[in-house]
Amino acid sequence: MIQLEHLYKSYDEGTESHEVLHDINLGIRPGEVFGILGSSGAGKSTLVRCINLLERPTKGKVIIDGKDVTDANGKELSALRSSIGMIFQNFSLFQQRTVLRNVTFPLELNHTPKDQREERARRLLKLVGLEEYADRYPSQLSGGQQQRVAIARALANNPRIMLCDEATSALDTTTTVQILDLLRRINRELDVTMVVITHSLAVARNICDRVAMIDGGNIVEMGPTEDLFADPHSDILKALIASDGAQNRRDTNEAPASAAEGVK
Amino acid sequence: MGQIVQEFIAEYGELLVQGTWDTIVMTSVSTLVAYVIGVPVGVLLTISGPGALRPNRVLHTVLGWIVNIGRSIPFIILLVAMIPLTRLLVGTSLGVAGAIPPLIVSAAPFVGRMVEQSLAEVDDGLIEAAQSFGAGTWQIVTKVLLFESLPSLVRGATITFINLFGYSAMAGTVGAGGLGDIAIRYGYQRYQDDVMIVSVVLCVILVQIFQSLGNVIARRIDHHSR
Repeated sequence: MIQLEHLYKSYDEGTESHEVLHDINLGIRPGEVFGILGSSGAGKSTLVRCINLLERPTKGKVIIDGKDVTDANGKELSALRSSIGMIFQNFSLFQQRTVLRNVTFPLELNHTPKDQREERARRLLKLVGLEEYADRYPSQLSGGQQQRVAIARALANNPRIMLCDEATSALDTTTTVQILDLLRRINRELDVTMVVITHSLAVARNICDRVAMIDGGNIVEMGPTEDLFADPHSDILKALIASDGAQNRRDTNEAPASAAEGVK
Repeated sequence: MGQIVQEFIAEYGELLVQGTWDTIVMTSVSTLVAYVIGVPVGVLLTISGPGALRPNRVLHTVLGWIVNIGRSIPFIILLVAMIPLTRLLVGTSLGVAGAIPPLIVSAAPFVGRMVEQSLAEVDDGLIEAAQSFGAGTWQIVTKVLLFESLPSLVRGATITFINLFGYSAMAGTVGAGGLGDIAIRYGYQRYQDDVMIVSVVLCVILVQIFQSLGNVIARRIDHHSR
C-alpha cells in the first residue's frame, strides 16, 4: 500500500549537508498498523512526512497504491494528501474553530456542501464519543478529548491511510490506552492502514502489527512486533527493551504498596 | 457654575460636536483604508519570508524596505510633502478630506508590520496540519493564518486606530479640522484655555472608549487557551 524505495533526505545547512534519512526501504501492507520506533532525532518524523510529502525526499521513491507520487504537485498533491489523514503530538487543532468546524475543515478545503460536511462531522464525532462537544472550543477540552477531535478531523475525507506522529506522547497512561484502543478500532472497523510513529515500546507493543526500528536515519531492523521484541538483534532495540524491563519491574514493585494504601 | 457651563455650551457646543465627529470620521476612514492596503502587505511579508509558505527573497526584501521607509518618515513632514498628491487625490489638501491621504500613507506600512506580527503568532503546527489535509497557500492564508489570528488582529487594529487618532490631531496644524485642530486654534493661537482643555478631555474620553471597545471585542472572539 505504501512503498518507500531507497529514500534519502538531507538538509542543507550553509555549506554542509546534514543527512536525516539514509536509504530507507519499506513496504506497508493494506490494513496493518505499522510502527516506526526510534528515539528523538532518529528521523522518524521526517520519514512519516515523506509519505504525504510534507517533506520532499532528496532521493528515492514514494509509491502509494502502486503509483509513484514522489513528484506530485498542485491538484494531484492535494488529492493525495486528502486521502491520507494525519494526527499530531500536540493535536494541532484550530483554536478559533469549534470542535465541529475543526472536523469539517478538510471538507471545506474541497468545497463539500455545508450540510453534507456537518452531517459527516457529527457522525465522526459520535464515532470518537464526542458528539456532545460539537459546539465547544478546543481550549475547553482535555488533551485526550482534543486528540479524539483530531482523529475525527483526520477521518473527514474517508482516508485509506492514517499517519500518527507521536499521537499519545502528550497524554497520560490511561488516556494513551484509550486513544490506542480507538485507533485500533478505526483500523479494524474502517479498514484504515495506520503508520504509527513512536518512541515508546509500550505503544508499539500495544498497537503495532509490525515495527521498524530506526536509528540515525537508518532502519536497523524490522519485523512482526512479537518476533522483534522477543528476539531483538540491534543494540539499540536491546538497550531499549532492557531499560523498559527495568522500568516495569520498578512499577510492579511499587504497585502492591499503593494498593495497600487504597485499602487503608 | 451651571450658568458658565450653559454659556460655554451655547458658544462652543456645536464647534466641539463637529470637531469630535470630524476626528472620528478622519480616524475611521483612514484606519479602514490603511487595513485594505496593510493586510495584503502583512500577508505577503509573512508568506514570502525565509522558510515560510512561499519564500521569495526579492519580494520580501523589497517590500520590507518600502515598509521601513514609509515608517521612518515623520508624519508632519509627510503631511506637508504630500500636499500636491493629496490635492490630486481628493481635490483639496485642507479639512477632513485633506487629512485622510497622509494618514493612510503613514498608517499602511505600520499596519503591514502589525499584521505580520499577528500572523507570526500562529502556531506552525496548524499550518502543517492544514497542509496535511491538502490546503493550498490561499486556503492557509484565509482559513488558518488570518482566521486564527483574528483576536490579535483586532488588538492591532485598536492600536492603529488610536495612533491615527493622535496623528489626526497633528493634521490639525495644517487645518485638517477635528478636535486637534480646535485645541490648536483656540488654545495655542488664541489663549482660550477652556476650549483647549475641553477638547483635550474629549480626546482622552474617546481614546478610552475605543480602547475598551477593542479590548471587549478581542476578548469576546478569542478562544485560545490562556
